[in-house]
Amino acid sequence: MGATLAEKILAMASGKDEVKPGQYVTAGIDLAMNTDQMYSVYRVLSEAGIGRVWDPNKVVCLIDHYTPTPTVESAEVSKKIREVVKALNIRNFYDQRAGIAHQVLPEKGWVLPGELIVATDSHTTTYGAFGAAGTGIGVSEMAYVLTAGKLWFKVPETTKFYIFGTLQPRVMSKDIILHIAGKYSTEVAQYKSVEFAGPVAKEMSLDSRMTMSNMAVEIGAKFGFFEPDEKVTQYLTRRTNKAFQLLRPDEDATYERVYEVDVSSLEPQVAFPFAVDNAKPISQVGEIKVNQALLGSCTNGRLEDLRIAAGILRGRKVHPDTRLLVIPASAEVYREAATEGILSTLIDAGAIICNPGCGPCFGAHMGLLASGEACVASINRNFKGRMGSPEAKVYLASPATVAASAIEGKIADPRNY
Amino acid sequence: MRGKVWKFGNNVDTDAITPGKYMSAPEAELMKHVLEVINPRFAQEVKPGDMIVAGSNFGCGSSRESAPAALKTLGIGAIVAESFARIFFRNAIAIGLPALTCPEISALFADGDELELDLIRGRITNLTQGKTFYAQPLPEQMLEVLSKGGIVPLLKDIASKGTK
Repeated sequence: MGATLAEKILAMASGKDEVKPGQYVTAGIDLAMNTDQMYSVYRVLSEAGIGRVWDPNKVVCLIDHYTPTPTVESAEVSKKIREVVKALNIRNFYDQRAGIAHQVLPEKGWVLPGELIVATDSHTTTYGAFGAAGTGIGVSEMAYVLTAGKLWFKVPETTKFYIFGTLQPRVMSKDIILHIAGKYSTEVAQYKSVEFAGPVAKEMSLDSRMTMSNMAVEIGAKFGFFEPDEKVTQYLTRRTNKAFQLLRPDEDATYERVYEVDVSSLEPQVAFPFAVDNAKPISQVGEIKVNQALLGSCTNGRLEDLRIAAGILRGRKVHPDTRLLVIPASAEVYREAATEGILSTLIDAGAIICNPGCGPCFGAHMGLLASGEACVASINRNFKGRMGSPEAKVYLASPATVAASAIEGKIADPRNY
Repeated sequence: MRGKVWKFGNNVDTDAITPGKYMSAPEAELMKHVLEVINPRFAQEVKPGDMIVAGSNFGCGSSRESAPAALKTLGIGAIVAESFARIFFRNAIAIGLPALTCPEISALFADGDELELDLIRGRITNLTQGKTFYAQPLPEQMLEVLSKGGIVPLLKDIASKGTK
């Protein structure tokens, strides 16, 4: 019997020949990443009397949520994190300037196919775009991982989304994942591992794949894989010297369900407040004025996203009643967007360019919304109060839709540009 | 354990439980806003030992452990839901807050009913209506963490044994 990617990686990590869905295993962790919650993890370790981590070479720490620090309280936390990483001998530390963890870790060569990666952030599923089993955990479990180098897992069943057809121009991978959430609900992959497959998945750029893997957690998934291929090899060649293997699912692997997703007639999608599965095709959106348009986040702040938005905004202006915030996902994306002229195009159009980081997405940094305001955003969550006032509304959409909406001052169809 | 039930619907997310904008505020301030966007009375009126009964996908969203931790701090004794988002579920157990899955639970309790829980057997009794049900059994690993009171006591054991 063949194995899915989740089964192969969990078997390898737990030193077994094979594992079956439903089985509990204790698996060795290849990489443990901590964001701004590092200090909270340290407090758990201190409370328990643990003064060292199991293997500093397998631990990365990065400050991306509160960067630059917006409040004195968060400045104090950042200061403590700098002390903590020294005390624990964590040398792989990226302070406030690198960008969002889920962009920075792949860029710095930390994410390798076939590895098991845990982090104190739910969007760790992003690493599935590289064939890595990435998943989010909380601070107590992270403290356990940093102590013992292992963690228990239930081997998940695997759900496959077979994606085929031809995407219309200006329709992006974001639209596919919003469509999947809308059609099958945010619980379709609850406790499951997801594999995105089929010709459309194979054709996709790594940037586009990362968007879908990132949002796998929004449909409940533990992991969100694409089968790693030569694009992954090519990406990693200039970023790591470490050996890796392109681990692929077996042809005769068993899937809990296979959903066939035909994207040929797929319109741009918009997820209405306050749930990710509240998605509608753009033709059914109606007139929704937006006070803010946000292009960024670990979901859609990559070079491809900025490039597409710039293509739409070139020679045009952001609507006078709308603020367009652009937040490159990392310093590398920022620099490349500058080199390519993308940033000057966006600035000329009237965009506000912010520093790399999580930005307003999680509701505690710059760019928050006032009561009664609406924002169309390329981010991953539209929960009530997520980005500021509980009386504000967040609509999720692709970078192309965000750019078109910024021009028109209302949610707009990017296919018209 | 027994307590009064606070009932919630489907898809209660972590931003509703502990809103991001209060995450770096002092704990007492954060506690005032727990679940306020869904039920403004909750944080004011919840009493130690009260229980939460909820629909599906409870705790969806972020990996923030502050979400189950805040419910525990406010005195919630256990959460019984039709289903949990997986990270919330793990985090709840990791801090020693019992989280049980019972797909029929919403239909079996009204807000304010008295719930009695036998954690080891997974037995849930609605004392108000005089009915008994069973939750899905917790895996052995989780029962062990729960019986210790969470990950911290587990780590203390490791620290005292001096391993690694």
